[in-house]
Amino acid sequence: MRFSGLRVLKEGLTGNRGWTAHWRDPEPKPAYDILIIGGGGHGLATAYYLAQVHGLRNVAVLEKGYLGGGNIGRNTTIVRANYGLPGNSEFYSHSLSLWEGLEQELNFNVMQSQRGVLNLFHSDGQRDAYVRRGNAMVNQGDDAILLDRDGLRKRVPYLDFDNGRFPVQGALYHPRGGTARHDAVAWGFARGADSRGIDLIQNCEVTGIDVANGAVTGVQTSRGAIRAKKVGIVVAGRSSQVAAMAGMRLPIESHVLQAFVTEGLKPVIDTVVTYGMGHFYISQSDKGGLVFGGDIDMYASYAARGNLPAVEHVMEAGMALMPMIGKARVLRSWGGIMDMSPDGSPIIDKTGIDGLYLNCGWCYGGFKAVPGSGDCFAHLLATGRPHPAAARFRLDRFRTGVGIMDEEGTGAQHNLH
Amino acid sequence: MRITCPLCGARDRREFYYRGAALALERPAPDAGEQAWDDYLFLRENPAGETRDLWYHANGCGAWLVVRRDTRSHAVLEVRLAGEGAQ
Repeated sequence: MRFSGLRVLKEGLTGNRGWTAHWRDPEPKPAYDILIIGGGGHGLATAYYLAQVHGLRNVAVLEKGYLGGGNIGRNTTIVRANYGLPGNSEFYSHSLSLWEGLEQELNFNVMQSQRGVLNLFHSDGQRDAYVRRGNAMVNQGDDAILLDRDGLRKRVPYLDFDNGRFPVQGALYHPRGGTARHDAVAWGFARGADSRGIDLIQNCEVTGIDVANGAVTGVQTSRGAIRAKKVGIVVAGRSSQVAAMAGMRLPIESHVLQAFVTEGLKPVIDTVVTYGMGHFYISQSDKGGLVFGGDIDMYASYAARGNLPAVEHVMEAGMALMPMIGKARVLRSWGGIMDMSPDGSPIIDKTGIDGLYLNCGWCYGGFKAVPGSGDCFAHLLATGRPHPAAARFRLDRFRTGVGIMDEEGTGAQHNLH
Repeated sequence: MRITCPLCGARDRREFYYRGAALALERPAPDAGEQAWDDYLFLRENPAGETRDLWYHANGCGAWLVVRRDTRSHAVLEVRLAGEGAQ
């Protein structure tokens, strides 16, 4: 089934009776060439690119719940490529380029909106840091424009520019950044993978990873044993639990990140604003809700909900930056489980077990990485070699100290990112 | 979340700084080798369930605390002074 304007018109006139399910609900086969543990955005994208780029179809995605039911189903949907360090720089640039062709490639409306991302600065030092970052972005082939106070005021006049603590001096503007419809990204990749013959198996929890003579041989699941030549773990906040099934400990600590959405409002914020000094960022969804968040709660958690001090901190920062949002009523809040790495950057690598591969450590920034992560993880699974755009996302960089990617410059330590 | 400091009583989470797994108390010898230091600095059990964290009562008495906690519910099960050999 392909989507097109003509098809929508035809279905609209004929009672919408012609739409079919987007993917099958297959029984697991006894064996596959490749198993992907985790049917979230990254896992589904990996499956899609395995089929699309590498022609591999004897592949299954194992999902303990339903497709796209984790962090891809509950995030603040921002897409950007504004990283400064080698490793992250080329990877997010690659991911953004995949985003820009995604809707046509998947024949699925992911509602990508390149409404721009504004990173505010409040001091000469912070401006200089953003000049450097912007130059890194331009050098990696992306766009970055330094806006002064007047330029920024034309774009977002409703900020409290003369805030007593952090007066706004300007912003680094990334026009190609923006937002996308998070669920649709998972659904589009799922549909693309399924239509190319990949089995998406839901309600199938992996309970064990079988290893013999230092090589992976398959997995145990709630729906029986499944043999495989290669297994990829891409389970975000649950990475430590799944890796432990293969006897591994990871450089990961799972934390809670909260986010908030208001009641639907008429269009008021037509871009993405990030206020790093206050720990606050905001955009407006296509439904009209203001979607915003701040920093992680800063303690290890699997509760998928946070505590009130972080809620208060985010609300205070929002009010300090744009007092107008005080009139909006918060509709709901939620918390996701973030796989935090010591340096704040991800891992896409092989492990010490032959045939077992790992994709984790996306911290609180995994959404924008979905296409790039899927493409690079598929490349690693298919060829055994890292994709050039993700070659620095090594698992051993903490042990060796070589290639740490600490964008914040706070040190590679678990509680600092 | 409230944490009961053994010296100050029950206090709001905001008074405390989170340092991470209480593994931080088990510093290896300088010459213990690369694997021991990787275990200490980076690799984590990261349990979904009971865990032991190290917290600092920054806006209180300044004591380092070992907090036994459930990461699924945020329930605080036990708090002891790290300086008294709590492991």
